Amino acid sequence: MIAVALLVAGKDLRIERRSRVLLWQVLPFGVMALLLCGLALGPSRAGNSGAAPGLFYLVVVLVALLMINRSQSVESTPGTAASVATLGLDPAGVFLGKALALCVELWLTGAVLLAGSVLVLHTALWGTLLALPSIVVALAGLAAAGTLYGALTSGGAGPATLLPVLCLPAFAPLLIAGERSFSAALYGGALWQWWVVSLGALVAYLAAGILLYGVLEES
Amino acid sequence: MKLLTQRLLGPGTLLALGATLWLGLWATPPDRVQGDLARLVYVHPAIAWVGLYLSFGTATIASALYLWRRTRSITTDRIAHCAMEVSLVFIVLTLVTGSIWGRPTWGVWWAWDARLTSTAILGVLAVGYLALRRANDDAQLRARRSAVFAVLAAINVPVIHFSVQWWRTLHQGATVFSPDRHLRIHGLMAWTLLLSFIAFSLAYAWLVRARYRLEVRREASVGETLESALTRRRAEGVR
Repeated sequence: MIAVALLVAGKDLRIERRSRVLLWQVLPFGVMALLLCGLALGPSRAGNSGAAPGLFYLVVVLVALLMINRSQSVESTPGTAASVATLGLDPAGVFLGKALALCVELWLTGAVLLAGSVLVLHTALWGTLLALPSIVVALAGLAAAGTLYGALTSGGAGPATLLPVLCLPAFAPLLIAGERSFSAALYGGALWQWWVVSLGALVAYLAAGILLYGVLEES
Repeated sequence: MKLLTQRLLGPGTLLALGATLWLGLWATPPDRVQGDLARLVYVHPAIAWVGLYLSFGTATIASALYLWRRTRSITTDRIAHCAMEVSLVFIVLTLVTGSIWGRPTWGVWWAWDARLTSTAILGVLAVGYLALRRANDDAQLRARRSAVFAVLAAINVPVIHFSVQWWRTLHQGATVFSPDRHLRIHGLMAWTLLLSFIAFSLAYAWLVRARYRLEVRREASVGETLESALTRRRAEGVR
């Protein structure tokens, strides 16, 4: 399973490296969304707003939805599904591989957005660094849930519009826990309790994906 | 016996709903603190029971049965679909009746309360389930995907149930099945409440049965239309 996961993750990351979609399309969109959030708050409030953690996760969700769609569209090119079925790859491994690749992409994007929030929204650097473990886990959870729900919508009618409807309720525990944890790191509070909630959600989505991904890939 | 049950289900539901209406509006006394507003207790909890537990639960169990190869059948998929549609109607009704009660009591139509928010999320999940079904034309793929989604969505139901214990909420805790096993309602009000649960459960069974029959006929008509179209095209080819 692990070997298959690494194989699939390597394949997805190589495709991303060659196509540069993440670099030239997704990242600029994320930075633009972060700037728009600052503009929405106004110049006087953007720099010292307690809403910064929430805005960071809002932008992360928008970016994650784009990336999940992208991750699934790679699989829907003609012949790919048939090739994967012919190879007889372990579906749990395929799920873990796709989630891992998405997770790496989200971590990279998250790093850029965190730097952006320090610059634009003036979040304290030490607090932001303190929040890193919770952000790492929350983004991994988003990747696991996104891979599972992305597989549900792929190949159907209007996957790009259907995905947010299905994904956002599933993202809710991760977003709430992530935002609370980030806020606690910046302004004080229960940092680690929320981190445990994120970790629990990550484990639950990984378990659900390992168990159910095979059913979705059945032909 | 089966025919008798089917024939009695409709009239029995109407009778039970009528009795609940009469008892709830006229026979029971107004509440000492909330006055007539408390009469919503004969509607709101029963509707919530059907929407959140009975109907959503049926959809989840039917979906789980579909996912298990031994019990996989079009019947379980149809039951899940019909139960989820009914569940969505009752979830919306739960939120509406809750808002009607909340406005005079809390002063707002909507509060960011854990139970309210998690119930609204369940409503969105039910919409998502139905949207997912519409997005897939292939019957088997549709059934498989929607079954997976329903099982995943069911995680929210215990969150809703225990939300009043896990978080500080505006929503009141359990009245009948409270953790300390102390019944906080009595007399005619308790019996009316019990009847409302039976009446709305019967209404649920009636609606799901009617929707199921409609679905079977719709599938048959789609099949017939396709078959007749194919026959016409074949006839054109012969000419």
